[in-house]
Amino acid sequence: MSSPDSSSHHHIASVGTYVAVWAALVFFTLLTVFVASKDFGELNTAVALAIAITKASMVVLIFMGLRHNTPLTKMVAVSGFLWVLILFGIGMSDYLTRAWMGVPGR
Amino acid sequence: MSTAAAVAAERHSYLDEPYGIASWLLTKDHKRIAMLYLISITMFFALGGIFAAGIRLELLTPQGDVWTADTYNKLFSMHGIVMVFFFLVPSIPATLGNFLLPIMVGAKDLAFPRVNLISWYLYIIGGVIVLTVLAMGGVDTGWTFYTPYSSIGSNTHVTLAIVGVFVAGFSSILTGFNFIVTVHRMRAPGMTWFRLPLFVWAMYATSIQMILGTPVVAITLTLVAVERSLGLGIFDPKLGGDPVLFQHLFWFYSHPAVYIMILPGMGVISELVPAMARKTMFGYGFVAGSSLAIALLGFFVWGHHLFLSSQSVYAGMVFSILTMLVAVPSAVKVFNWTATFYKGSISWESPTFFVIGFMGLFLIGGLTGLFLATMGLDIHLHDTYFVVAHFHFIMVGGAVMAFLGGLHFWWPKMTGRMFNEALAKTAAVLVFVGFNLTFGPQFILGYLGMPRRYYSYPEELQVWNVLSSAGASILGLGYMLAFSYLVYSLFKGELAPANPWGAKGLEWQTTSPPPTFNFDFDPVVTEPAYDYNPSGREVHVG
Amino acid sequence: MAHGPQGDAAHTHHPHQQHHFFSMAQQYEASVLGMWVFLVTEVMFFGGMFMAYLVYRTAYPQAWVESSHELNVYLGAANTLVLICSSLTMVLAVRSAQVGSKVGQIVNLILTILLGSTFLVIKYFEYAAKFEHHLVPGPSFRTDLPFGSQLFFSLYFCLTGVHALHMVVGIGLMLVMLVLAIRGRFTPDYYNQIEISGLYWHFVDIVWIFLFPLLYLVGFHYTGA
Repeated sequence: MSSPDSSSHHHIASVGTYVAVWAALVFFTLLTVFVASKDFGELNTAVALAIAITKASMVVLIFMGLRHNTPLTKMVAVSGFLWVLILFGIGMSDYLTRAWMGVPGR
Repeated sequence: MSTAAAVAAERHSYLDEPYGIASWLLTKDHKRIAMLYLISITMFFALGGIFAAGIRLELLTPQGDVWTADTYNKLFSMHGIVMVFFFLVPSIPATLGNFLLPIMVGAKDLAFPRVNLISWYLYIIGGVIVLTVLAMGGVDTGWTFYTPYSSIGSNTHVTLAIVGVFVAGFSSILTGFNFIVTVHRMRAPGMTWFRLPLFVWAMYATSIQMILGTPVVAITLTLVAVERSLGLGIFDPKLGGDPVLFQHLFWFYSHPAVYIMILPGMGVISELVPAMARKTMFGYGFVAGSSLAIALLGFFVWGHHLFLSSQSVYAGMVFSILTMLVAVPSAVKVFNWTATFYKGSISWESPTFFVIGFMGLFLIGGLTGLFLATMGLDIHLHDTYFVVAHFHFIMVGGAVMAFLGGLHFWWPKMTGRMFNEALAKTAAVLVFVGFNLTFGPQFILGYLGMPRRYYSYPEELQVWNVLSSAGASILGLGYMLAFSYLVYSLFKGELAPANPWGAKGLEWQTTSPPPTFNFDFDPVVTEPAYDYNPSGREVHVG
Repeated sequence: MAHGPQGDAAHTHHPHQQHHFFSMAQQYEASVLGMWVFLVTEVMFFGGMFMAYLVYRTAYPQAWVESSHELNVYLGAANTLVLICSSLTMVLAVRSAQVGSKVGQIVNLILTILLGSTFLVIKYFEYAAKFEHHLVPGPSFRTDLPFGSQLFFSLYFCLTGVHALHMVVGIGLMLVMLVLAIRGRFTPDYYNQIEISGLYWHFVDIVWIFLFPLLYLVGFHYTGA
């Protein structure tokens, strides 16, 4: 039995949408392997991360359906990734600045 | 109401229906789960107290003559582990929070009742594991498990202890996640965010910290366990690892953890103050906001535990400033509580005693934190008894006082019984006096340079240590007195009316104790929180 | 809203509506929100290890390049593709529930389980190779790699190991979902459990999406020069 309030907010994407995302994910995987095989120096990491973030975003927004969820759910999802960045950022502030103050005798 | 009617009313509460031990152990009722937690955390508090007694016994004399050094290390380690992970972190959230949160928002239960029960079982499993570790000799790494001693050096059962703490941490995560979803999605009609009791705001803020912080300590301790058991050295200096990385990861959780331990206490105080002063909370918005501010800012200050660890001085400066900043929202709360009391109609009942005790002791604890936040001072105070005193003022003078205050305030609601007021006031005074005598001298000891976690000390420091140990006995007496009259009230206490304190809030509109589904009616909220002046007459301060 | 604690005779409950919720919509929202809150804890859980990775890669860049070079990029890429396919079958399983296709649910869940298992089998072969090639940190670790390489491999095993444990849990979840699907539990107006299980599965996929470049591709361009 169905009740009137249960289905109105559930968007059902088409199979085509999902297959398209899948194809994009496969493409980006192959792309990231290809880029990694060349030596672009520091750019390698940046490109690899950019591609990974793009892939992850597609999974989150479309496969996990976050684009259709409530603003609250979106905020929760974002806060998780944000918090990890806080751990990285403030934590690295120690490691990256340790050498700034010379140690007497070294 | 008449005795017969009262007894009849009592027989239909959540305590009586359904009947039988299986109905308790398989319950999904948040109130029963709260009671299960209450019994369990009380037992762990007693255990932690026994370890404390062992510590204070040794410190009566300057020499290490009661225990061996190894045993002493185990005593303070087990004291910390049990008190932090098995008492303080779950105490208010899992007992008062579990019981009151759904009722305060006007819901029939938490969002995920089965998950709530699982959280209690995880807590018990974690506890049993730690008790097993105790039986096998305990751990001696300190509750902070610093590497490389915990990962390579110690030959105690570190891995098993870590498993126990991990499981208990997961229990904490499940509680937090349940609270967040409940507050967002289960509020009764009319219960807008700004009509929520401040206790709910505090529990919500605490839950955010539980969710974002606990997993980090979980993985960090897991990595230590992995290093011990599989030799995968993440923190091993010989392989290029950094033991200080452990400290970063550990304190990323453990600093928010101290807010997890105090925020609920502040939430309790925020309920007791308007009730005891019969006056609406001054600056409700600021108090609510300050809970969130503490929850958020609390994540940015962990490096103040690493000032002397070889952490970069520049990072230290940033952490120092941020730590001073996080004191501000706490101060905001103290100002607002005080302003609420001012020109209020204060009734001197036992909860008030605990509130006053909290406010004085938390104030001292908080202010001494500023001494430690100042890097230059911390160089001298780090790892001394000054730190020990500071955090005990907050945790015991603050959190435990608040817990006791809340326990007394809501005892009639949860158990349907009144306790002996005179004894309660006596216990409050005993606890306050005992506490000050125990931990006040420790500030002096720290200032004079006595290191923490040492079982011997220079002769000239003995007088302060003796005072401290004497105080600990009085403190213990106070707790035991409270335990006695509260348990006694369960059997012989006068039956409680629905609203013995005359307080505002949804929980006081249902019976004492409440029925299984919390309300016999559907709550709809139309008035603001703490509506003690319904005429709309403004109360001017000053 | 007429909904008393004893149940209101005038309002029929969906059989899967739990008593403390007042509507299926509220129950659905709570489930989805709850799973996302849980996933945030998982992000922070893996986050601790990623922090260690960040610190040590910054400190030992050459060790990272040479150690990563020892990993088999093709197996790693294959595993990435396997998980991507499993995410597709997962989302199609949920979609099948949404449109009421029981066969769709069962087929896609079985495929998801098979793909997840394939991932673990490939992982097993990779781990076995590490032991053979003396790349497991400890006394038998190869001596010709730069200082810091044991850290790389410790993190490799911790990161992929914890990830693999999550995969095992995921497969277990999917088996439960399969049983429920066969019993016809999921219908267009109630499919909470398969949806939130799907969210968990996708999350585990996302972790691997980051692990693959961070572990396997760091030294792919390295030629030993």
